[in-house]
Amino acid sequence: MAENKLIDLINITKSYGDTVVLDELNLYIRENEFLTLLGPSGCGKTTTLRIIGGFENPNKGQVIFDGKDITNLPPNERKLNTVFQKYALFSHMTISENIAFGLKISKKSKQYINDKIKYALKLVNLDDFGNRMPDSLSGGQQQRIAIARAIVNEPKVLLLDEPLGALDLKLRQDMQYELIRLKNELGITFIYVTHDQEEALTMSDTIVVMNQGYIQQIGKPEDIYNEPKNAFVADFIGDSNIIASTMVDDRLVNILGNNFSCVDIGFGKNKPVDVVIRPEDIDLVKPEEGTIRGRVTSLIFKGVHYEMDVMANGHEWLVHSTDLCAVGSEVGIMVDPYDIQIMKKPESEDEQAVEINDSM
Amino acid sequence: MEKWSHMKTNNKLTHSKKVKSNKLKWLSYPYILWMMAFILIPLFMVLYYGLTNKDGFFTFENILQITESMNRKALRLALELSIASTIICLLLAYPLALILSKMQMKSNSFIVLIIILPMWMNFLLRTIAWQNILEKTGIINNFLNFLHLPTLNIINTPAAIVLGMVYNFLPFMVLPIYNVLIKIDKDIVNAARDLGANSIHTFLKIIFPLSMPGVLSGITMVFVPSLTTFVISSILGGSKIVLIGNVIEQKFKLGTWHTGSGLSLVLMIFILLSMAILAKYDKDKEGTNVW
Amino acid sequence: MVKRFFERFYIGIILLFLYAPIFILIVLSFNKSKSRSKWGGFTLHWYKELFQNEDIINALYTTLIIAFLSALIATIIGTTASIAMSRMKKTPRTILLGITNIPMLNADIVTGISLMLIFVALNFTLGFSSVLIAHITFNIPYVILSVMPKLRQVNPSTYEAAQDLGASQIYAFFKVILPDIFPGVVSGFLLAFTMSLDDFVITHFTKGPEINTLSTKIYTEVRKGIKPEIYALSTLLFVSVLLLLIFINRRGAEKKAPNRLV
Repeated sequence: MAENKLIDLINITKSYGDTVVLDELNLYIRENEFLTLLGPSGCGKTTTLRIIGGFENPNKGQVIFDGKDITNLPPNERKLNTVFQKYALFSHMTISENIAFGLKISKKSKQYINDKIKYALKLVNLDDFGNRMPDSLSGGQQQRIAIARAIVNEPKVLLLDEPLGALDLKLRQDMQYELIRLKNELGITFIYVTHDQEEALTMSDTIVVMNQGYIQQIGKPEDIYNEPKNAFVADFIGDSNIIASTMVDDRLVNILGNNFSCVDIGFGKNKPVDVVIRPEDIDLVKPEEGTIRGRVTSLIFKGVHYEMDVMANGHEWLVHSTDLCAVGSEVGIMVDPYDIQIMKKPESEDEQAVEINDSM
Repeated sequence: MEKWSHMKTNNKLTHSKKVKSNKLKWLSYPYILWMMAFILIPLFMVLYYGLTNKDGFFTFENILQITESMNRKALRLALELSIASTIICLLLAYPLALILSKMQMKSNSFIVLIIILPMWMNFLLRTIAWQNILEKTGIINNFLNFLHLPTLNIINTPAAIVLGMVYNFLPFMVLPIYNVLIKIDKDIVNAARDLGANSIHTFLKIIFPLSMPGVLSGITMVFVPSLTTFVISSILGGSKIVLIGNVIEQKFKLGTWHTGSGLSLVLMIFILLSMAILAKYDKDKEGTNVW
Repeated sequence: MVKRFFERFYIGIILLFLYAPIFILIVLSFNKSKSRSKWGGFTLHWYKELFQNEDIINALYTTLIIAFLSALIATIIGTTASIAMSRMKKTPRTILLGITNIPMLNADIVTGISLMLIFVALNFTLGFSSVLIAHITFNIPYVILSVMPKLRQVNPSTYEAAQDLGASQIYAFFKVILPDIFPGVVSGFLLAFTMSLDDFVITHFTKGPEINTLSTKIYTEVRKGIKPEIYALSTLLFVSVLLLLIFINRRGAEKKAPNRLV
């Protein structure tokens, strides 16, 4: 249902000199959504964010915000706020002055501003930091102040450009939960940019996977994870086994010489396809019980699970399991039909712009 | 047994490391000696001469020479002119530094070089060049005569001196400001705009405050040489304009070193004062960089 | 659009201001007539006169020798001092750096007279050596200023790594530290050379009657009345500095290019 379109990007094209970064990008964002632009470096996600924020102008196309065309509007006139990758705090002002910056411009009263500062600091758990200088704060604290500074202005949309990149793992995880909590408490739309797929899966309502300026897939985290539409998405999100196979018929696929039951239809008869099977979906059983037989070639304890390589039918399968099989042992591979994801083989490199499928 | 010898070697390493890092300190001794001989002791000489008379007795009379009418006027004029030229330099240099900092990367260093190039021309020749232009029979006046306009009598006036000061020291004001401006993270400016600030507001509240270290550096590099110059005043001012620098130079030429030193001490007090005031505003303790 | 026009216009005016006097000098160097404002026809006569003027050529020679020697010696002293200082504790280093800043912050005239006073006190005749010593003195801080930042950039463990691998101190110095900071050393040398070439005030007080550098020679000539040979000299100086800067600029660009291959 295409209702509540808060932001609509129409045919956005952006090039720097000869390099085309975005080619006819179409994307819309709904109110109160936590939408993540996910992809490797150079895929165009940051450029897209900056175009929404007004720091870049597209060569072609329009940006519609709440029904109005804001394509040529400068950043200071847009009702959005941004949290920058390196925080961009004003080092010559105190924390309070940083937070008050936008409010003073909107000519709010002194009382209002003071109340807002208190509220913002409380929201990010940095209550008594008002008089400190930005440089005296740690990375994580600076990040939270950057967020506070942005949200006090009550924007409809918050843009976040890889804000957690410079933080260590534990802090990053804590901040991820903080951000979700903030979003729910404030009730505003978050547009988030990251190259970290775990982050995207944890926090988002919707993920937009991008590569080389094109949208590869849009969907809920579970859908993207369980049903990647092409090899790029499958490979980028989580670990996966991607194997060139042949679709024998509906619900039957031949992988490396053995037939597996699956649940997909409509891919034709005897057509070449790519098959994606997640490592945790592979069951290792006794050799005679498996659809394919193989031998364990490596075993690593990863804490959460064991990671094993199994050589079967000429392909090295990646398997995650809480049970271990010793190196050198013969095993059988079983996969539930629901866990076999079939993907079309792309005509060319991952440059196919995907039709926006609204499956919500 | 093996473990023991391994430990012994370790100790040797640490021990010899300690000795070795002490050895490096020797490298600084030539410099320390040189500094003492040619920077510190000479300054003490000035102090000595300034505070004694010909017979070697302690006295303040050399310093008090500054109160004498001619000297007072010279100091006052020097202060007025150097403050004027510092302000003019700042007003001219800041916009230039701003424009340059916004320019693209390629033409960037080229433009900077073009600004620096005149600095590499001999200081005297640059000043003489202006003498040419400003002279009664100089270029400007010839041009004005050609247009039947009255001649401009700038040469040998304080205005000419200010012109000479600005001309010579402008690059010294541009460079430090430029260097600070280009180091300002672009996202800081973006953040200000994102929070609602227009260009003017962004400049006044963000860019200008952040550029202060460069401004202070530039002021120092223009004010002190301007205050103490005697070359510019003698070439562009004839014998009419006498600055404190000229006075001191004269004293030394005539051999009256005590008076000269006394006046120099007064000058140094001014320099120290202005540095102290500027240092108060400068939080960066690493010192200021021009290049 | 309008803003851009004004920006370029402003840069243009400033450049005009900076270069007009120089161009006038260049033009006048080819002027047959001695007059400063009337054009008397094109000539290279003054350039010939310039090269025949012994005084000026001697002064040029002296200037170059002093610049080169003082820059060289200052670089050696300054580089070794920087290395020593980088290994010192904070307090002694801050004190030394503070004293290093004195010649740069102090007025030329004070540095000049202070040096003159000590030379006289030591009964040291003012001449070539006194000027040389003076130039070395004000050059060292510029060298230190160029080398210290480079030392800060260099990883301190590389020196210790070299020793750990068996290098003697001297070997480690020449093979590890020096190559790393070399760009800083070179720019320090060039900076010192330039400062020395351009100096007038300090030379003026420490030179004595016998010798002249270019700056002091020009100063005495100005008092008498300008000779057009000086214009020819200006033109040649300007052209050589321009060529030098273009050369350095190109070299800098070349240095950056190899990195792109990596």
